[in-house]
Amino acid sequence: MQFMLLIYSDENSWTQAEIDECLTQSLAICDELEEAGKYISAAPLKSVSTATSLRIRNNQCEITDGPFAETREQLGGYYIIDVEHLDEAIEIAKRLPPAKKGTVEIRPIEML
Amino acid sequence: MSNSLANTDKIETIYRAYAPKAKATLIRLLNDFDLAEETLHDAFLVALEDWPRSGIPDRPDAWLISTARFKAIDTLRRSKRFNEMTQDIGSHLEELHQFNARVSEQTIEDDQLRLIFTCCHPSIDSKVQIPLTLREVCGLTTEEIASAFLVSPSTMAQRIVRGKAKIRKAKIPFNIPDKNALAERLDAVLAVIYLVFNEGYCASEGEALIRIELANEAIRLARLLESLLPDPEVGGLLALMLLHQSRRETRHDVHGDIVLLEDQDRSRWDQALIQEGSERVRVALRSGRIGSYSLQAAIAAVHAEANVAEQTDWAQIYALYTVLLQVNPSPVIELNRAVALAMRDNFESGIQAIDAILQRGQLQNYHLAHSAKAELLLRAGRECEALAAFQLALTLVNQQAERRFIERRINLLKK
Repeated sequence: MQFMLLIYSDENSWTQAEIDECLTQSLAICDELEEAGKYISAAPLKSVSTATSLRIRNNQCEITDGPFAETREQLGGYYIIDVEHLDEAIEIAKRLPPAKKGTVEIRPIEML
Repeated sequence: MSNSLANTDKIETIYRAYAPKAKATLIRLLNDFDLAEETLHDAFLVALEDWPRSGIPDRPDAWLISTARFKAIDTLRRSKRFNEMTQDIGSHLEELHQFNARVSEQTIEDDQLRLIFTCCHPSIDSKVQIPLTLREVCGLTTEEIASAFLVSPSTMAQRIVRGKAKIRKAKIPFNIPDKNALAERLDAVLAVIYLVFNEGYCASEGEALIRIELANEAIRLARLLESLLPDPEVGGLLALMLLHQSRRETRHDVHGDIVLLEDQDRSRWDQALIQEGSERVRVALRSGRIGSYSLQAAIAAVHAEANVAEQTDWAQIYALYTVLLQVNPSPVIELNRAVALAMRDNFESGIQAIDAILQRGQLQNYHLAHSAKAELLLRAGRECEALAAFQLALTLVNQQAERRFIERRINLLKK
């Protein structure tokens, strides 16, 4: 079953050294998952200051600067993994470096 | 005719005793709560026809699992024809066919533990975990659980449906957690086991003898858990249940009416259970990590050690409740401490302590708060107020023996 791990944290709380360390560790985990056949994809996202939000109301397209919602912690990256069950997803989420700073939300993916 | 009716009753009793065990294994095998329940019920219908002819099987749980399994194979075959999307049903059917019908006691026990951990998974709303376990692991009805939780049956039914949907959709596994996740998953499981015990010990509705099995069931589950995880609180919970259990024979008279702790025939308390319970209390307290269950067990042990009610060390009980309140702040514990205070000092201070809880707006719908207050008022000679408090308690009580106890008190006061 595929799960998406959504990484939320306060993006201003990271130092450059922490970001580098996080990337190194994350890449290692991705390699390990790939070898075990459990990796689908993963990526960090650029800052919410780069975000564009769009909605169509009454056939009018509204495009605004910024994320969907202003929150204390922002979506900063994601992993998509293919594992047996929730507990396995939890064990992987526990090892992700951002879990110590922010929150990892685990969502099963609806397979169509 | 009456013979076959008696047979049906007997089969139903056996079914109720064994169905929860069979269900745990079926849920694992079928990976589907509703299909497990449905096919288990089909198996019961087969039992009604088959058992009067062929006799009761020596392992009713294994028989139920095996029979329900064939029913499940039928159902899955039919669904395969109508719904080709369910591609893993084929391999699932194969698995079901190969499943050994002589499922061992050990497997059934392990499946029950697995199912408890599933129902108590932290990803399930804590308000849902306990009802779900009572329903799925222990086989209580939704009405019984609703009554224990003081909510309506329809509210409870919704919670249970929500819990089952979460397990299915979030893919919560039927697994005993790994060593590193086990400790953090334990609290919810202990809470559930204790509620199961209480459900058996003070059956929440009706005069249900079958509920006695639930208390034994809870003790069995705690022993099972202890073998998996020797934690002081597991030992503390087990001690608590054993100490309560030691008094079970004396809690009711021959008519099934309640006998208060102070009036119980202490010579009939089960000394073997008291010894085992007290020893576990000592071990748990010595561990230095004193939790809520160990403290409650320590209180039960103080009661058990008094040969006559007058020798009860109420000062120690009051002190233990005070520590317990720090570990686990709860108005029900505060109510118990108020009674200990009444016994240590005087009835009036106990009454004041209960009033303080009620005036805060807590426990107002909890019959024991009003009946405990009424009892203290009665003993303090304030009979009119005692009558009013008992009458209020009567409007809130569900359990039959407790209802009769309150009615007797009311009749006594009216004379």
